[in-house]
Amino acid sequence: MNFPKEVKYTKDHEWTRMEGEFAVIGITDYAQDKLGSIVFVELPALGKSFKKGETLVTVDSVKAVAEVYAPMRGRVEAVNESLRDNPEWINRECYGQGWMVRLKIGDSAELSSLLTSEAYEAFVAEEEAKG
Amino acid sequence: MKEEWPGECGLLLNEPLIFERSARGRKGYSLPKLDVERAEAEKIWPRKWIRKDLEGLPELSEVEIVRHFTRLSQWNYGVDSGFYPLGSCTMKYNPKVNEDLARLPGFAGAHPYQPEEIAQGALQLMDDLERFLCEISGMDRATLQPSAGAQGELTGMLMIRAYLSDRGDPRRKVLVPDTAHGTNPASSGLCGYQVVQVKSNERGVLSAQAIEEKMDEDVAALMVTNPNTLGLFEENICQIAEIVHGKGGQVYCDGANLNALLGLTRLGGMGIDVLHFNLHKTFSTPHGGGGPGAGPVGVKGHLADYLPVPIITRKGERFQFDYDRPKTIGKVRSFFGNFAVLVRAYAYILSLGAAGLKRASLVALLNANYIRSKLKDHYHLPYDLPCMHECVFSDRLQGKYGVTALDIAKRLMDYGFHPPTIYFPLVVHGALMIEPTESEPKETLDQFIEAMVRIAREAESEPGLLRDAPHKTKVSRLDEVLANRKPVLRWKPPTAREP
Amino acid sequence: MRYIPNAENDWESMLQTMGYERLEDLMTILPEPLRMKKALELPQPLSEMELVQHLRSLSEPGPQGKRVLSFLGAGAYDHFIPAVVDHVLRRSEFYTAYTPYQPEISQGTLQATFEFQTLICQLTGMDVANASLYDGASAVAEGVLMAHRLKGRKKCLLSRSVHPESRMVTRTYSHPLNLQLGEISYTSTGTTDLEDLQRQLDEEMNAVVIQQPNFFGCLEDVEEAAKMVHARGALLIVAVTEPLSMALLQPPGLLGADIVVGEGQSFGNPLNFGGPYVGFFATKEGFLRSMPGRLVGQTVDRQGRRGFVLAVATREQHIRREKATSNICTNQALCALAVLVYLSLMGKQGLKELAEINLSKCEYAKKKLSGVGRLRFSAPTFNEFVLTLNRDASSVLQILLKEGIVGGLSLKRFYPEMEREILVCVTEKHAKEDIDRLAEILNESSVRKQGIQEPGR
Repeated sequence: MNFPKEVKYTKDHEWTRMEGEFAVIGITDYAQDKLGSIVFVELPALGKSFKKGETLVTVDSVKAVAEVYAPMRGRVEAVNESLRDNPEWINRECYGQGWMVRLKIGDSAELSSLLTSEAYEAFVAEEEAKG
Repeated sequence: MKEEWPGECGLLLNEPLIFERSARGRKGYSLPKLDVERAEAEKIWPRKWIRKDLEGLPELSEVEIVRHFTRLSQWNYGVDSGFYPLGSCTMKYNPKVNEDLARLPGFAGAHPYQPEEIAQGALQLMDDLERFLCEISGMDRATLQPSAGAQGELTGMLMIRAYLSDRGDPRRKVLVPDTAHGTNPASSGLCGYQVVQVKSNERGVLSAQAIEEKMDEDVAALMVTNPNTLGLFEENICQIAEIVHGKGGQVYCDGANLNALLGLTRLGGMGIDVLHFNLHKTFSTPHGGGGPGAGPVGVKGHLADYLPVPIITRKGERFQFDYDRPKTIGKVRSFFGNFAVLVRAYAYILSLGAAGLKRASLVALLNANYIRSKLKDHYHLPYDLPCMHECVFSDRLQGKYGVTALDIAKRLMDYGFHPPTIYFPLVVHGALMIEPTESEPKETLDQFIEAMVRIAREAESEPGLLRDAPHKTKVSRLDEVLANRKPVLRWKPPTAREP
Repeated sequence: MRYIPNAENDWESMLQTMGYERLEDLMTILPEPLRMKKALELPQPLSEMELVQHLRSLSEPGPQGKRVLSFLGAGAYDHFIPAVVDHVLRRSEFYTAYTPYQPEISQGTLQATFEFQTLICQLTGMDVANASLYDGASAVAEGVLMAHRLKGRKKCLLSRSVHPESRMVTRTYSHPLNLQLGEISYTSTGTTDLEDLQRQLDEEMNAVVIQQPNFFGCLEDVEEAAKMVHARGALLIVAVTEPLSMALLQPPGLLGADIVVGEGQSFGNPLNFGGPYVGFFATKEGFLRSMPGRLVGQTVDRQGRRGFVLAVATREQHIRREKATSNICTNQALCALAVLVYLSLMGKQGLKELAEINLSKCEYAKKKLSGVGRLRFSAPTFNEFVLTLNRDASSVLQILLKEGIVGGLSLKRFYPEMEREILVCVTEKHAKEDIDRLAEILNESSVRKQGIQEPGR
């Protein structure tokens, strides 16, 4: 299981990479593994605003639907259009080619609640133990 | 597998899509000669409205069509093929005489708008059936209109909504247990309700306390299934109903599992205000590969005003459709319901009578508990309690060999059985829900048990055999990821022409 | 009890393994106060022979046992069903099977459904069709709900010339979701009043629903309606209750419809006193994820062989639960199979010829009956039309019924302004003599006045 150190995490299994006033968002290796082969991604409209915790993206595997939540308030600046034809990139390269949305950050104070890679890894271990 | 398992051999013939069989100029039809002057669409309709081409409809002889569908049918497994223990579906035997009765010319040829004077037999049948269903469930009135269980749920929830609105007390939430079938929250959603989940306790049932915690004056109803999808009787139901009623809510019961209760107890006596029946489950009407079914809804008196129109009333010896119901929720479908399905259920009830229905439920309980007791040493049983008409195991013990419920299900096909329901209810991880029904001989149950035992052993010694199963079916495991990533939902003619 | 294989001998050993003595002991699983103490009050069970006799007597229409000559249509059509259709439907591998959740042993149902979906697309001129819905009326309701999901606006308009039951069902489904429904009036020629439509169209509209041919049997201008509706960014839903018409008419999908729904009963399904019927639902590729109902998709197995599975299930209730595109679970699979077999038998040539026969018979009837009553609407029709009688429709229909004829449907119950109108349907099953007889009796009844005694009797 991959927990790159250069990104931050949420307890809902999103990762965020900071790029100045923008946040690039995707789902973690743990999340894509649990979901299984992803078949469809519903991306948000450009320019749409989201509050922290609102559903940003929905991801369909064959037998499940998962919601990806905005880790912080922001406005959609870009989405990864290639995911429409290649949803499997989320499985293959969730931190790279499988990125989903680029948000212009609305409230930088909300960034403080994001988890470090170590904290997230520990959280995942707890979740697994619960079973 | 050396001995004779039903699944061992087969003559499965290949058959292309019907469009691929089509050959220009072939005819499968026979039409009478026109005995009036031929009217030409080109002469009486505006030109641009006339169809240019009917491409894509096949052209075949009757012989080829019969072979095509005969071959297709042979790739299917039905209740008539063998044991079909799909939990929650009640795959019981479909009586053949009922097929003939539904096809009686007087029924099959009856137009729904035909004058009531000549539809008295059909109306009497519907009236009788309504009374039978009310008697069986302990409810006061019923509608036969909904076409399936899910449509019945919608109907029931719409009636609750109308009732509360009428009282000036519209509410916004519905409580749904974590064991509920997906149609329950979906139907509530269609009524504009917000769904609040209630967790079942360690005994697999709802506790009064859990309901008490979630019940308030903004909850319109509790949707419960009894017995629930774990096959367990909701033992706290009476107390729970009191709590819900105490705060002004209603109790809806999903009647999918009614096969456990016929003649043994009545849902109407447990505080249920409205419930639906699945005629294609409890009352032996065929599943048809996915319908048609029928989902009549029974209500207590206080909800009767809201029933869909028309209802059937009796004036002396005459039956009538009554549309003058000012508080009705309206209609959930055209005409009166799946009448031909109602005929079959009616005939079934008349064939069994009270004693027969009671025996059906008792033997359903017997068969399910028999399987439960025989398999509990081989599969993990999350709730080790007497079950009702179905029992739920999990794949936990086999999991350590990398074998899942899916693998077990697929391997069962090699032995010649339809698998049980898998991955439902959601509260059990890797669930295997087995509902044998009463219409299975002991030998079949024993054979199924033996197959399951062997599969448990195979999981340990040769798990690959399970992961590659099924081996003897028309197709092996299908690529569902491909089917969903790039959905191909129709055949297209080779040169993409417009129809 | 021949439907319950296990008998006393079998129970004994089974009960013993579980520590019970008698079958009745299983009732102890239920809480004591809830156990029934007495038997259900139901009629004594009937033997097979008695059952058949009883049902037969219920099914016969009247004391004479005479079959009536019926000219009823209005959303349920009496077409001839070739023997092969029922023969296929009675293959128990088809009718005793469940929904194809285990695709490896359900390829028959799955391939048949894929073929059905294809045919509906071909007929309607659309890209994708589902595996069927309950009936045409609920299909209209589902179409309206889908338009709401797609557009997120507040209102929907339905033409008054759409089947009244479809409109009623749509109201029932829309009410709890606070969707506003409006009505478009019909013109004196019998079609949707497009001027009225234009007046009512605004940016708050999700969709407009028209029916083709409409409830009066008249043909609508789908293309024109589509232009108007699209100009406001709304969707056009076309309902088809007599799909045989699509053998001769340009399909709605090629004329601008966004969603085509309808009733498939005409194809291979008996009248059955109103059900089971079979709704179809077709739309454009881009709207796939918002579609209700089951979908069957093509794929391959591990050996690369073609096979079929339920696809795009993440829209449905068993996965999406309260966010599903619909709550539908069981649909009308066997009825859809009947449609498929029927259309395969008719083929493109047979369907066209059959439609021409229906059109011809109806035109003949219109000519014959316009001498006795008045054709209410002048718009072109397919196999139904509205006839205005010289007095109250119910009394005329009563007279006809005494002669063993159901002359048509009195429209007063749905359109209070039409007291003297009946909707008359003619299909290939009506011989010239039947139509002549209807005209003859109608003619007599217009001379005879009900309730007046003949002098000297």
